[in-house]
Amino acid sequence: MTERVSGIAASDGIAVAKAYLLIEPDLSFKKETISDTNAEKERFTTAIEKAIGELQAIRAKAAESLGEEAQVFDAHIMVLSDPEMIGTIENAIENDKKNAETALQEATDMFIGMFESMEDNPYMQERAADIRDVRKRVLSHLLGVKLPDPASIDEEVIIVAKDLTPSDTAQLNKQYVKAFVTDIGGRTSHSAIMARSLEIPAIVGTNSITEKVAEGDLLIVDGMEGTVLIHPEETDISAYEKKAQAFASQKEEWQRLINEKTVTKDGVHVELAANIGTPKDLEGALGNGAEAIGLYRTEFLYMDSAELPTEEEQYNAYKEVLEGMEGKPVVVRTMDIGGDKELPYLELPEEMNPFLGYRAIRVSLDKDEIFRTQLRALLRASVHGPLRIMFPMIATLQEFREAKAVFEEEKEKLTGEGVKVADDIQVGIMIEIPAAAVLADQFAKEVDFFSIGTNDLIQYTMAADRMNERVSYLYQPYNPSILRLIKFVIDSAHKEGKWAGMCGEMAGDQTAVPILLGMGLDEFSMSATSILKTRSLLSELTTDDMKELAEKAVTECQTAEEVVGLVERSLNKTT
Amino acid sequence: MEKREYHIIAETGIHARPATLLVQTASKFNSDITLEYNGKSVNLKSIMGVMSLGVGQGADVTITVDGADEEEAIQAIEETMKKEGMAE
Repeated sequence: MTERVSGIAASDGIAVAKAYLLIEPDLSFKKETISDTNAEKERFTTAIEKAIGELQAIRAKAAESLGEEAQVFDAHIMVLSDPEMIGTIENAIENDKKNAETALQEATDMFIGMFESMEDNPYMQERAADIRDVRKRVLSHLLGVKLPDPASIDEEVIIVAKDLTPSDTAQLNKQYVKAFVTDIGGRTSHSAIMARSLEIPAIVGTNSITEKVAEGDLLIVDGMEGTVLIHPEETDISAYEKKAQAFASQKEEWQRLINEKTVTKDGVHVELAANIGTPKDLEGALGNGAEAIGLYRTEFLYMDSAELPTEEEQYNAYKEVLEGMEGKPVVVRTMDIGGDKELPYLELPEEMNPFLGYRAIRVSLDKDEIFRTQLRALLRASVHGPLRIMFPMIATLQEFREAKAVFEEEKEKLTGEGVKVADDIQVGIMIEIPAAAVLADQFAKEVDFFSIGTNDLIQYTMAADRMNERVSYLYQPYNPSILRLIKFVIDSAHKEGKWAGMCGEMAGDQTAVPILLGMGLDEFSMSATSILKTRSLLSELTTDDMKELAEKAVTECQTAEEVVGLVERSLNKTT
Repeated sequence: MEKREYHIIAETGIHARPATLLVQTASKFNSDITLEYNGKSVNLKSIMGVMSLGVGQGADVTITVDGADEEEAIQAIEETMKKEGMAE
């Protein structure tokens, strides 16, 4: 029987493939006293051998897809071959008559405790994580439970998970992953953003997909509608294959716009930019006709590493992006760590409300050294292309002034050392805290530009955690309250002769784009895959009509629904 | 029995990559090999043992090799130490 599950459509496209469940298995066991210690040791040795064999196979595969990152598996193999640890476990079996599971648990706990107590040493903490990983693998063999092993996927699959973390997706062999479906999350969660950058369909926030799907079940994922079909009929498959073809041909249609400028029907040019996380994303950005990078999230430099990235590493990444864009502007956001993005080696304190806590510019201004290293790397890279730097999570003018002062200091130091630095670097801020939005007229006097980060601006304005499905109805980009804030920010920028962009999901939202155009937004930065669709939409809009539409939306509409209705009626008239 | 002392100059001490390489080298030999630091002695073939010592920059350590292939072993270990810039 075909079953339908629906969720939030997070990335366009259609996929038909078998399900691959990425779920933590149950590895619980009983503590037992055994009598045949030799047999137990034998059982343990076999489990270790199997685990090593498995790791060697994973390593070989990972070396192809991950390159250097595959070294982590070498470390795992080494832990499994460690004579001290094996000795400790075998002793516990032989002398204390413990079962292998218990002996393994206790010995590894001892080492984990020892490494974790070396708090000032992030490297050791990471080794503790290695031991945990390895223990899981050996336990799975002792218990005869299968561990998910995303690195070794070698056929086309649809990943089904509760949620996907950056480390989960890092291990995936992207060649074979056709779609994501998750229990939790929203359009702005990591799995959704990842799917859009991979250009594969994704559905998030289904609540129950992991309970309804078994490993290997055939699935159809429709990323436009937000539906998953479990065990589809032949007729469903052919219907969706047709739909997939229609989507592909529409994409081809859009593809013709790759080298076109973005202009409205009445000839007004706006900038369509791409959001990227790493230099690798440039390919997708350029392949989708980006006219700029409107948001380069530098935190991946910090998150993909075991320790703070050096100035040189950062310089190389920034240079690669600036050069890759061949003279097109690049907006780099300084480190936005904290909130949902943790760094194990920074040891940020655990907080009750991480989104309202110690994150982004608040960390940068406090941990001055990290910030200076990043700014120096950026300043040095500035000779390779038009660079725009923006500070995230600015709430007060004081914060901006402090950050700008650090920037000027490092600039002066570098030029003093004889290092070449561009003198036309723009320095702006993200508008994502309502306090900054409301005071935009004052900020506009001092910053070079604004970039409105709608994902956070909406969650802070609505006081609704965007990761919490129970309050997800409050994620309302079209609510007139949000639109008024945005309009005020854009108007304030223009009054001071500055430009205003947007780098949240809303910038590529087909319902929001007409309003934003009407408000005079100068730059729209979005997932690369939304660019051509948006360019096509903009080419059919007239600025005067949209101005009228935007004005009505902020002065007459009372609810988000009314705004959506207004936009729909207006678009039907024009097209 | 071979016994040599080293003054660790590497900024990271014996951690990460250097520790891994040292253990890999030691594991190739049959001799018993120990690393001694701060009055504590561990098996140099055990990555967890080596790392648990927390040998940092400026530390003085002693490596002892005992067994049939002790000469080749100490030579190989010394080579690794120097090649990786752990000790002079």
